[in-house]
Amino acid sequence: MRPLIALIERELALGWGRGGGPLPALGFYAAITVLLPLAGGSDTGRLAPVAVGVAWMALALASLLSLERLFERDFEDGGLDLLMTGPAPLELVCAVKCLSQWITTGAPLALAAPVAAVMLGAPLEAAPLILACSLAGGLAFAFVGGIGAALALGSRRGGLLVAAIVLPLFSPPVIFGGAALQAGALGTGATGGLLLLLGWTLAAVGLSPLAMAAACRNAVG
Amino acid sequence: MITAVAVSGLAIRRGERLLFKDLGFRLEAGEALALTGANGSGKTSLLRAVAGLLRPVAGSIAFEGAADPDAARHEAVHLVGHADGLKGGRTALEELRFQAAWLGGGDHGVAEAIERLALGPLLDLEVRRLSAGQRRRLALARLVSAPRPLWLLDEPMAPLDAARRALLAELMRGHLAGGGLILAAVHDPLPIPAKAVEIAV
Repeated sequence: MRPLIALIERELALGWGRGGGPLPALGFYAAITVLLPLAGGSDTGRLAPVAVGVAWMALALASLLSLERLFERDFEDGGLDLLMTGPAPLELVCAVKCLSQWITTGAPLALAAPVAAVMLGAPLEAAPLILACSLAGGLAFAFVGGIGAALALGSRRGGLLVAAIVLPLFSPPVIFGGAALQAGALGTGATGGLLLLLGWTLAAVGLSPLAMAAACRNAVG
Repeated sequence: MITAVAVSGLAIRRGERLLFKDLGFRLEAGEALALTGANGSGKTSLLRAVAGLLRPVAGSIAFEGAADPDAARHEAVHLVGHADGLKGGRTALEELRFQAAWLGGGDHGVAEAIERLALGPLLDLEVRRLSAGQRRRLALARLVSAPRPLWLLDEPMAPLDAARRALLAELMRGHLAGGGLILAAVHDPLPIPAKAVEIAV
């Protein structure tokens, strides 16, 4: 356990410190939600119906932005070699990196999501559901996005590749979360969508590390 | 414990280029081997292949005496080279502690590494503020703080000054005396008795 605890501590410290920690993603998130009313008109009657959806979509995009470089630094500076000669399987290392990413960036974004939605005119009662979707969805985004980040290692224009790989994998959780949020807004019961989202998140947490580790091994070797 | 590393018929390809083929040597416990060759001949790739990080296209690398040669590989080696995996924004002490904990050493090992590699004055500095030689010593600290049988060293002496080279030579002698193995890619001769293998293109 001791090596893993040391790794988690280090990843969290790096996550908070690296390039301002969650601030770039939060800034991007704030920019989308602030610019929308400026671009589309600040009429509450038009904003309120899309407020929840926009907050949710912006969360997916902000997560994607922060994930691009999840493995790149380690790949370039020999960090992956060091991590691969440790006692834990690479799958677990990848999972720890994604989890740390979620704690340092995903969770702050999830806390910002209800605030943004309410600001845009969503009812206050929707906030808990948005928070729940954002927490679960953010975890799925972190793990699924890690696959793209790992596959893009060593390639030029990695950012484009990450977007192309990850977008299809981001769609299901966006749809499930969106369905839950819509149902919540209409009062028809959000449980179904939320459960689907949680299922996708669990699958992502369980399966993504296998793909990430394979991609990292491939890039290193 | 590893009693020998046997490499035979090894060929490594990077991209389209075949770096070398039919490379073979044997390294026994208590021995050092100096690996020479021109820039780009594949010394670093060979070290990474022995560490199990890079898959050779042909040949075998066997760790004799290991209980489970494949499973044990990652945990039997230390690979120290230019790309050391240390993070610029962390302090030397933080990275020292992480290396030790991650690679299976204890607090006792950290204290010993600080003493034997004269790291005391560097501990509070951020890694990015260290000179190349200081940074190399920090990376080499893992050899002491988390003992492992096979050291894979890529140009270990290059950034070090004369006094620190003597420190490292002493570490290497101690490691060999304890039955360890050292495989080092070098341009200058190692300061300890060592077999030599040249990678010819």
